[in-house]
Amino acid sequence: MAAPSENTSSGLMVKAVREGIFAGVIALGMFILYVGIETYQDIDNRLVWRTRWGLLAIFVAVAAIGRFLMVGVIKPHLDRRKLAKAKSGILEISEEKSFFHRHFLKIALIALLLYPMASVWLFGTQGSLKYVDNFGIQILIYVMLAWGLNIVVGLAGLLDLGYVAFYAVGAYSYALLSAHLGLSFWVLLPLAGILAALWGVILGFPVLRLRGDYLAIVTLAFGEIIRLVLINWTDVTRGTFGISGIKKASVFGIWSFDVGSPNYFPKAFGLATSSAYYKIFLFYVILALCLLTAYVTIRLRRMPIGRAWEALREDEIACRSLGINTVTTKLTAFATGAMFGGFAGSFFATRQGFVSPESFVFLESAVILAIVVLGGMGSLTGIAIAAVVMVGGTELLREMAFLKLVFGPDFTPELYRMLLFGLAMVIVMLFKPRGFVGTREPTAFLKERKVVSGSFTKEGHG
Amino acid sequence: MTPETNTMTPTITGDTILKVEHLSMKFGGLMAINDFSFEARRGDITALIGPNGAGKTTVFNCITGFYKPTMGMITLRQGDGREHLLERLKDFEITKSAKVARTFQNIRLFSGLTVLENLLVAQHNVLMKASGYTILGLLGLPTYKKAVGASIEKAKYWLDKADLTDRADDPAGDLPYGAQRRLEIVRAMCTGPELLCLDEPAAGLNPRESAALNTLLHSIRSEGVSILLIEHDMSVVMEISDHVVVLEYGQKISDGTPDHVKNDPKVIAAYLGVEDDEVDEVIAVELEGGDR
Amino acid sequence: MEYFIQQLINGLTLGSIYGLVAIGYTMVYGIIGMINFAHGDIFMLGGFAALIVFLILTSFFAGIPVALLLLVMLIVGMLMTGLWNWTIERVAYRPLRGSFRLAPLITAIGMSITLSNFIQVTQGPRNKPIPQLVTDVYHIGAITISLKQLIIVAVTSALLFAFWYIVNKTPLGRAQRATEQDRKMAALLGVDVDRTISVTFVMGAALAAVAGSMYLMYYGVSNFNDGFIPGVKAFTAAVLGGIGSLPGAVLGGLMIGLIESLWSAYFTIAYKDVATFVILAFVLIFKPTGILGRPEVEKV
Repeated sequence: MAAPSENTSSGLMVKAVREGIFAGVIALGMFILYVGIETYQDIDNRLVWRTRWGLLAIFVAVAAIGRFLMVGVIKPHLDRRKLAKAKSGILEISEEKSFFHRHFLKIALIALLLYPMASVWLFGTQGSLKYVDNFGIQILIYVMLAWGLNIVVGLAGLLDLGYVAFYAVGAYSYALLSAHLGLSFWVLLPLAGILAALWGVILGFPVLRLRGDYLAIVTLAFGEIIRLVLINWTDVTRGTFGISGIKKASVFGIWSFDVGSPNYFPKAFGLATSSAYYKIFLFYVILALCLLTAYVTIRLRRMPIGRAWEALREDEIACRSLGINTVTTKLTAFATGAMFGGFAGSFFATRQGFVSPESFVFLESAVILAIVVLGGMGSLTGIAIAAVVMVGGTELLREMAFLKLVFGPDFTPELYRMLLFGLAMVIVMLFKPRGFVGTREPTAFLKERKVVSGSFTKEGHG
Repeated sequence: MTPETNTMTPTITGDTILKVEHLSMKFGGLMAINDFSFEARRGDITALIGPNGAGKTTVFNCITGFYKPTMGMITLRQGDGREHLLERLKDFEITKSAKVARTFQNIRLFSGLTVLENLLVAQHNVLMKASGYTILGLLGLPTYKKAVGASIEKAKYWLDKADLTDRADDPAGDLPYGAQRRLEIVRAMCTGPELLCLDEPAAGLNPRESAALNTLLHSIRSEGVSILLIEHDMSVVMEISDHVVVLEYGQKISDGTPDHVKNDPKVIAAYLGVEDDEVDEVIAVELEGGDR
Repeated sequence: MEYFIQQLINGLTLGSIYGLVAIGYTMVYGIIGMINFAHGDIFMLGGFAALIVFLILTSFFAGIPVALLLLVMLIVGMLMTGLWNWTIERVAYRPLRGSFRLAPLITAIGMSITLSNFIQVTQGPRNKPIPQLVTDVYHIGAITISLKQLIIVAVTSALLFAFWYIVNKTPLGRAQRATEQDRKMAALLGVDVDRTISVTFVMGAALAAVAGSMYLMYYGVSNFNDGFIPGVKAFTAAVLGGIGSLPGAVLGGLMIGLIESLWSAYFTIAYKDVATFVILAFVLIFKPTGILGRPEVEKV
């Protein structure tokens, strides 16, 4: 029907309308049962249904109009821009980097160091809690976990879908050992890391000769096994009830954060009693742990072992032909990644004061892996950005109380948290399949450090 | 290190570096290599040639440990007299302790690492030891720093030989085909091998790249490294090798100097694809030719 | 002995359901080499479609025959999930085909999270119970077989046969097998690869919908979270049987069902999933390509 001259605007409009209608029909089919019909339990607890045609109409309209705009307006616009760029013949490579860009890491570090102070200053001691704890600490935990997993997935190219297992090992090691042996956080933190690394070796040894997706599924299975054992081994772990009353961390044993204690931190400094100080302290602890992770990763990448990890990701057979023992190389990657997971786990336990198997479900592994891939495998900066966007973004939803005014008092934004998280994962991947930072920094150079484009790096097979 | 390495009485005499005896390799019901034996001499370029599907790469994979042979013995004698039974070693140990390095028919570079990084990865075992298996290196000990300096010097040396110095900081995947071949060869050289196995190094090269490759191979030989290569192209083989072994259907049909092999009627038959009973005719023709 | 046979029957019933879901995983993996993590949630969507159809039909036609009711539930569920999986493949997987290997895996996990939360948001987080559809029970000695179980096994077997026929005897199946072997070559020989892959997704989804409806009928309850655990188990079944192999998927499903019911019967029910996963790990360690999978030859 549409004239062969699809580049004419009327032809384009016809196409856009057609595609829009098609999308609307598909959406109608997809949503008619799930959105158009609502099932709920009545007072007799019987399942009944009612219709929601209005909401369905909105869904269909959004799909149709969205597709129409995509085909009719956005895509031609993008094509025109691409064409214009190609015609002008200028490749957009700006050698000049802005001040912000060049000093990004320093600025970010200073901002992070000042962050708790700034939030106390802006929102008051009690008001800062939310910003330091929900945003700061929460995001930094994910940054650390993702950086730890990055060693396994991003550098060594081993797809691990059960990383949360090591997080759990770290958390339970701290919870149990502090309860039974009474050891302090600072003693147990390295111990938890070592235990997690040990588990990494134990689990890794039999499975690391598996390749690709087989490795992925076995690591997933191990993650689930650890969680199920935590649930069912009630004598030790108290099952789903979890372990509560986990000891707080102290400032290296000098000051404590237990209100009753004689060297209670705020009292020692003449401050009012508030849990905010503990959170601020924890913020700096996790920040330090993150920096440790980053430092070790950067150092290791420039050492033979780190190069071997990356070489392994690129081509395992070539590695073997160069005399590299791939089994031990993989194991060290697995153990190092697990160790950081263990550190993060014990920090998590002391921060929450409570651990239960609920915190270590597969979804957590998926979220951490998503952050690594969305950030750009191997890139610490990209991963940190991804953690801020994904975790911070969904955390922000909790704060959007004003949405209740728009959608009515029944509206709970938290409900949409994971829905939006999932959609964001899909959308970011579609637009940036190699993540936010797809390039790779070489670890050694003769004349100049040139960034390696993402199109050359491989993603590993194991 | 396996006990055989040191205690075994020397089975190889003189200047032989590699001795393959009664090698057989079976895939399912297919006999890919059947009772194949040959020797390669130290300092020589030994070529393994044969028609497509003769089993050349399979022999290579057996020597370098990627396949475990069904039967046979592969002995490697190092310059200091130590001997290794390669069929008992794992693939990475063959490179690490027996000092045999190899390249692949379809180039296997670390394409996302730079050219320099590729050469540093090849020095993994030396650097690992120098870094005290990472732990001492993390502390930044001077011995490790010295080893790193030496490894970069070694890389520079081979970059120069392969004419790749200008591309040292580019990703390996960005190099043109011929340069990738040369990089793969010098990467293997960075493991410090005594025997270098090259799987069709000249395949797909244009004449200029072929010439650059020949120069590189000659300079490798002048370092005292023995080369075992698979080649398809007879002209390349005849030009550079000292010793040629011909393989057909998994069996050796000829073994000797390039001149000897070139005139071996069985080889001619194999390459021209003549029926068995025609071989005699070919021999007759050859003899006539020889008379003149 | 009766007890054992009883558990065997229960295990086979459950295993049939896993097997149906596993086929979807194995087909998609075979044809485009990706783990479709959202497949478990497609199974859950199928269950919900059946649930909603059940509610609507029973409220309009109170005395509707059960067979007709079940048939409509199955068909609507199959259409529904087919449409969903088709769209998901179009929107989330196809643009990433041939790109970075982990990208489609991440979108698949993202889709899985999206689907289960979509149902949570639109249908609520609570369990959705429905009354028993089929209550007939037969006794053979001390062994009890319910009609439900017979229906599940019968429907599964019928579908498997139909499916085997499609894959092995029709042009569509030939196109699928060709695409699985070598996508580029198939395209060069005139196979419409995009369409073949779409059809594969639709077929897998339809089987998952059947499994979802059966699951609903068997347990009488649906929940937005029901995609994950059965999904993981079905995937485990696919890997156990040898991923990419259709008979393997069914065999794996039956094995997982049997392991689960026998373990629960003779050991502790608490560790039944642990048993499944441990056996999976062992199989993969000692026979990495699964029971019926083709051995992977390492090309040097």
